[in-house]
Amino acid sequence: MKSTYILAIESSCDETAAAVVRDGRCVLSNIISSQIDLHALYGGVVPEIASRKHIEHIIPVTTEALKAANVSLAEIDAVAVTYGPGLVGSLLVGVGAAKAIAYAAKKPLVGVHHIEGHIAANYISHPDLEPPFLCLIVSGGHTHLAMIEDYGSCRILGRTHDDAAGEAYDKVARAIGLGYPGGPKIDRLAKEGNPEAVAFPRAHIEGSPYDFSFSGVKSAVLNYLNSCKMKALTGETRHPANMAHAGEEDYLSYLPEGITQADIAASFQAAVVDVLTMRTVAAAKAQGVKKVAMAGGVASNSALRSRMRELCEENGLCLYYPEPIFCTDNAAMIGAAAYYEYRRGVTHDWTLNAVPNLKLGE
Amino acid sequence: MKILAIDSSGAVASVAVLNETALIGEISLNNKRTHSQSLLPMIDEVLHMTETTGEELSGIAIAAGPGSFTGLRIGASTVKGLAMVYNLPIIAVPTVDALACNYYGASPLLCPLLDARRKQVYGGLYRFTEGKLQVLVPQTCTMLSELLQKVNALGEEVIFLGDGADAYREQIAAGCVVSHVFAPSHMSRQRAGSVGLLALQYMAENKCTTAVEFVPEYLRKSQAEQEREARE
Repeated sequence: MKSTYILAIESSCDETAAAVVRDGRCVLSNIISSQIDLHALYGGVVPEIASRKHIEHIIPVTTEALKAANVSLAEIDAVAVTYGPGLVGSLLVGVGAAKAIAYAAKKPLVGVHHIEGHIAANYISHPDLEPPFLCLIVSGGHTHLAMIEDYGSCRILGRTHDDAAGEAYDKVARAIGLGYPGGPKIDRLAKEGNPEAVAFPRAHIEGSPYDFSFSGVKSAVLNYLNSCKMKALTGETRHPANMAHAGEEDYLSYLPEGITQADIAASFQAAVVDVLTMRTVAAAKAQGVKKVAMAGGVASNSALRSRMRELCEENGLCLYYPEPIFCTDNAAMIGAAAYYEYRRGVTHDWTLNAVPNLKLGE
Repeated sequence: MKILAIDSSGAVASVAVLNETALIGEISLNNKRTHSQSLLPMIDEVLHMTETTGEELSGIAIAAGPGSFTGLRIGASTVKGLAMVYNLPIIAVPTVDALACNYYGASPLLCPLLDARRKQVYGGLYRFTEGKLQVLVPQTCTMLSELLQKVNALGEEVIFLGDGADAYREQIAAGCVVSHVFAPSHMSRQRAGSVGLLALQYMAENKCTTAVEFVPEYLRKSQAEQEREARE
């Protein structure tokens, strides 16, 4: 059977990415231009700046993807693009360019849901993985627990009621002076800390066993830091000598003796990881599936990976997750998801628009 | 030599196919701000109706800014994609210069204004001398009052056009002491035909850019950058 080559473009947040993927599983090129250093200056992604950078990078990244794959545009079967969810200004750049490229090259256009892309990243890293399986999707913007019933067909079992897991990481990282992006920084520091140093809450949502809430644990960390400061200032606790030089927001100087920044990071991470892994395993059991996958930027988190591996082994579940390069926002995953859409005959016309709040499985 | 011209810098989406002697086809929509959905279908339509293939084009012209940041980027990403595949140069035309060309050859001064919000306009001041566009005040982001001062200082009859002329009509009427008129609606908005007209001149002067190099001319930094610079 003739192979299918897809040129995929992704620009939903702050990475401009393009890739060429063969038959949904084989990545021939995967080019990512990250803006992370630029946005770190502002403590998070600035949409207008992200959009301007996408405009600068979209064509170089796309031509590089074709060149690195050694595939000409004429050999491409379809052009795929993320059309939501994400930042609207960012999405529009990828959608505009992909539509024009597909139009001029006379190729079909396939619009892809960003989260479907994250899920499909598992097809790249695990050529043998096929639906059905349970998937935990965790990133800076999303936290979903979904049953992947078939290619392009998923049923949402649970979602976050407030912050996404990655969002909570970013906010806590800012509070303890680690800066942006919070996920990798907390993960690294947590390795040196005691995850039982402070007991942060594990939120349960009454009546929705697979839903998540992360604003509570985030607030608990902030409250803890505040209370440490109050106690230090009222002389209730002994504190390090450098406290006299502490700034208004410099919580770390007020931590009680024996508690470090690393302990806070580890304790916060333990609370998040506990909730994510326990809900996932409970859902797998209830659904009667043996295959569990993870997707999204937070799926690279080392504590989440190792705890999920332990729990899956204990419960006889087979765990899948993509390599870190396919966990972060990338276009290869969009090409993988697009392949299965294209095979089912799903294409879009030239009116395709960016949909910043595109829903999943509804 | 046919070129495709596009203007998506404001509320109007406009596309045209033209050559040195004729505006062969032009479509303009001033309906809703849904350029992302309408622009490529309009391009498809104007190429189809003028029996033009992408391969026979010599260049793609675009109103490069200023204008709505989002509108500029929808246009930019579209022309970049087309220029990449057709292997064509991009001709970046200043939006306000192109707007002045709606009145090509007119004798009054021309003051095209785009509403930049916060009492500001993207505007410029132009005159046609012996049939050539002469730029008196290059397009800029400025307080309306400052531009009006320059208009008054010249003491000549002036035509105001653009969505900024409508948005600030009362302030202009109150602040402009020279004889002036407001352009009627069919002359007052961005037109791809005007963008194309200037683009043909630019091409003759070899003022072209590429799909890789082209970036819009925003004339304004992002809010976050402005605030950060103010803090420093």
